[in-house]
Amino acid sequence: MKFGIVVFPGSNCDRDVQTAARAVGYDADFIWHTDTSIDGYDCLVLPGGFSYGDYLRTAAIARFSPVMESVARYAASGRTVIGICNGFQVLLESGLLPGAMLRNTSCKFVCRPQRIRVESTRTPFTRKFRMGQVITLPIAHGDGNYYADDATLAQMEMDGQVVFRYCDESGEPTPESNPNGSLNNIAGICNKAGNVLGMMPHPERAAERILGGAEGRSLFDSVAQWVQGGGRIA
Amino acid sequence: MPDELVKEQECIWRTMGLTDEEYERVRGLLGRDPNYVELGMFSVMWSEHCSYKNTRAVLRGLPTSGPQVLQGPGENAGIVDVGDGLAVVFKIESHNHPSAVEPYQGAATGVGGIIRDIFTMGARPIASLDSLWLGDLGSARARRLFSGIVGGISGYGNAVGIPTVGGQAVFHRSYENNPLVNAMCVGVMRHEDIKRGAATGVGNSVMVIGSTTGRDGIHGATFASADLTDEAIERKSAVQVGDPFREKLLLEACLELVARGCVLGIQDMGAAGLTCSSCEMASRGGAGMIIDLDRVPRRETGMTPYEVMLSESQERMLLVPTPGREDEVREVLGKWGLEAAVVGEVTADGMITLTEGGVQVAQAPARALADDAPVYHRESSKPEYVDALAAFDTAGVPPCADLGDALLRLLGSPSIASKRWVWEQYDHQVGAGTVIGPGADAAVIRLPGSQRGVALSTDCNSRYCYLNPRLGAAHAVAEAARNVACTGARPLAITNCQNFGNPYKPEVFWQLREAIAGMSEACRALGTPVTGGNVSLSNEDGETAIRPTPVIGMVGVIDDVELRVPMGFQAEGDVVVLLGATRDEIGASEYLAIVHGVEAGQAPALDLEAEGRLCRLLVGAASKRLLSSAHDMSEGGLAVALAECAIAGRLGAALSVYCGDSGLAPDRLLFSESGARAVVTLGQGRVAEFLALAASMNVPAAAVGRVGGDRLCVEFEEVGGAAASGGTERRLDVSVDALSRAYEEAIPCVMQE
Repeated sequence: MKFGIVVFPGSNCDRDVQTAARAVGYDADFIWHTDTSIDGYDCLVLPGGFSYGDYLRTAAIARFSPVMESVARYAASGRTVIGICNGFQVLLESGLLPGAMLRNTSCKFVCRPQRIRVESTRTPFTRKFRMGQVITLPIAHGDGNYYADDATLAQMEMDGQVVFRYCDESGEPTPESNPNGSLNNIAGICNKAGNVLGMMPHPERAAERILGGAEGRSLFDSVAQWVQGGGRIA
Repeated sequence: MPDELVKEQECIWRTMGLTDEEYERVRGLLGRDPNYVELGMFSVMWSEHCSYKNTRAVLRGLPTSGPQVLQGPGENAGIVDVGDGLAVVFKIESHNHPSAVEPYQGAATGVGGIIRDIFTMGARPIASLDSLWLGDLGSARARRLFSGIVGGISGYGNAVGIPTVGGQAVFHRSYENNPLVNAMCVGVMRHEDIKRGAATGVGNSVMVIGSTTGRDGIHGATFASADLTDEAIERKSAVQVGDPFREKLLLEACLELVARGCVLGIQDMGAAGLTCSSCEMASRGGAGMIIDLDRVPRRETGMTPYEVMLSESQERMLLVPTPGREDEVREVLGKWGLEAAVVGEVTADGMITLTEGGVQVAQAPARALADDAPVYHRESSKPEYVDALAAFDTAGVPPCADLGDALLRLLGSPSIASKRWVWEQYDHQVGAGTVIGPGADAAVIRLPGSQRGVALSTDCNSRYCYLNPRLGAAHAVAEAARNVACTGARPLAITNCQNFGNPYKPEVFWQLREAIAGMSEACRALGTPVTGGNVSLSNEDGETAIRPTPVIGMVGVIDDVELRVPMGFQAEGDVVVLLGATRDEIGASEYLAIVHGVEAGQAPALDLEAEGRLCRLLVGAASKRLLSSAHDMSEGGLAVALAECAIAGRLGAALSVYCGDSGLAPDRLLFSESGARAVVTLGQGRVAEFLALAASMNVPAAAVGRVGGDRLCVEFEEVGGAAASGGTERRLDVSVDALSRAYEEAIPCVMQE
């Protein structure tokens, strides 16, 4: 099982994803954003950070990196792609996932542990979680306020594309437990086919107990299990 | 630049911050009148910020060596050995003046500058801390500065991807017009990768890498060395503008250059830009340097040699590459989208020579610029207030009528209250190393590829320093050591930032001299040498000076991060043990200030031997896995320490405290700030072993109760009635929930206004 971590200029969670993947027991290597050949990886990860300084708009420039065409083809072939935080924003900007990201309603960057509820276990990324399971993952972002128009949102909810929702300790997606103003408390979504995941929380920061939690490990394990079982959505 | 210009404008050196005597000294060193460019270069290099001309003499006696020190003061940062072939690089630096004028950019570029100091040495930065000092938050100006400064640190540090894991935020009216922003950065590398800022090898290329050069920040170092008067505040162009994205690219590019062996010598361009980096590198290498200014990549047209040499454009480095590797340097920088240009070469003549259009525009000895600034022995006299305030007798302080209320007021005072509002705006986790994050005694960061960790803390109590600078500075070192030791880490060495008023005032200079002496004594006693730091003077608004604020940044090492000890209570039933002796010391305390409105009296006595013993006990007990939690006692004494343990662990405790043979009243016991104390908890089965260990190390230890429930209850055991003190309650009993609300809501509440 080998993760390929796409490194844009300004990515800064690239090494953390590698550390986490290795801690869980998998291989992980870097793909520089100008490389267009991305063979040999079982899952691509677009890591967090500030690609191109997030100038203009978060991830607005990164979507034009040469590697992104290959990422789109990789996704179209049914293999798995995960965008975390800034990586999620890149997936939105490049149209691989629907919607857009606004500034947090607090207008402040926020870094803290956050409860989220698993909304779907049918994706390759969540098979080892329980439906409705409440887990804690760190968030760290200034622009995590997910937005989509009403029709898109309704369609996504109907098709089960909402994968994670911000919630309180009892699992309720309350306004108080929403750290950034995201519509429907959305913390993570997938595409219709289910093989492209975008999420604001950082599973790679919850892969070792010593760093404050290990509930993110199941995400890595889920992908690995799925890849070992064939690993492609038709 | 024609010499006539100097003569035309009479005494132009004064406008650049040089005195008439200094100007004469420049003339003497050059053997002629300096031209405009040379004068500009001397004026920035001889500013206090770059030359330490007012403080060099008093800094001479600092303890700077020890078996753990790989690099002491004099380089871009200090380095200590932490074992396993790993070296930890660290430094703290002020960015006070810029932050007063433009808080966001001022603080941001402070962070950027200190990060560059770390990766300049060849190390990957792994953590930052920020010690912030602001006016009373009741003031709109203080709130605006606080908000802007935190925003700037967040905006820069988060984007570069270095976790901000700790620091301080302290509020007092003396910082109203002169906020302090002291940024510390810590990096790690292997011993063999250490790089130094020296230009060696005659004929070797000199390169400028990173960003282009513009007109921003000209004379920033001079600006930072003068009082912040209204006139000075108008000089906004002296504040630099940061670009964290470029910094991140430069960081990765530099570390790639180091890994490829392309670096012979390298220095960050911070204060005084190209001037400082060129003459310091040349001087350290015992060499000279010729620079063709036409080859320096610019972002603006029509810049004069003066502007190019004095620009403080950020995210730039001066590099002497390994001979023959210039193209590889260009290739690496190009990969990261950055500039790299050969601008000159190392020479044998010891001169900094600048040319433009093939014509020499300036020439001066590198040593004269870098090392020959005058050394002043400033007049020093003890301020009158010192004895007057020290004479305050705490015996006359009325007893506390409501212990719970007093504790809640302390917890709700912004200097003690939770700084969550600050550190939740910082990415404190990026880097996959944060084992203990902000809000604890010290942060603990795991070193990459190792089980080892470093513990980091910044400390200072400026009320102690105001009342007794020598004792206060020594306390700052002791508290920093205690904080690091509470996590289980062995204190190794310090960096420091000396923030004071105008050194030309004898009273201010006395504070500075005393503080440095106190820091020195404590560092010697605790075996934690000084590896570097910086001095920030003239923190005055023309009238009032800040309180003396010698901020200490301590680094410690823990051999296995699994052994780290958290601050909060961990488990119901754990036994609470108080370490150290409590004396009647509420002078200079937070309690006296907040509850009684008095900032006077004697700061607590300091027993450095006892501090050392306590640290060794904490580290020893952690290594034997005896402790569930540990927290030092400092501002607010035992009461605040217990409350913080309860809040962090979301668990109460029921304690019965012996009032001591001297019969201390309960309020004194709770709020005294005696040094060398800590509160630890441990499982019942480990108590006997721990108490025996404490006894063998001569540290007073008393088991006083157990962790549990949702209230913090402290009863006081009387000794034949001796403890009775009329009017004082006999019992503290507050719910953890109430403690938590007072502590957590104070700052968000005031910042929402």
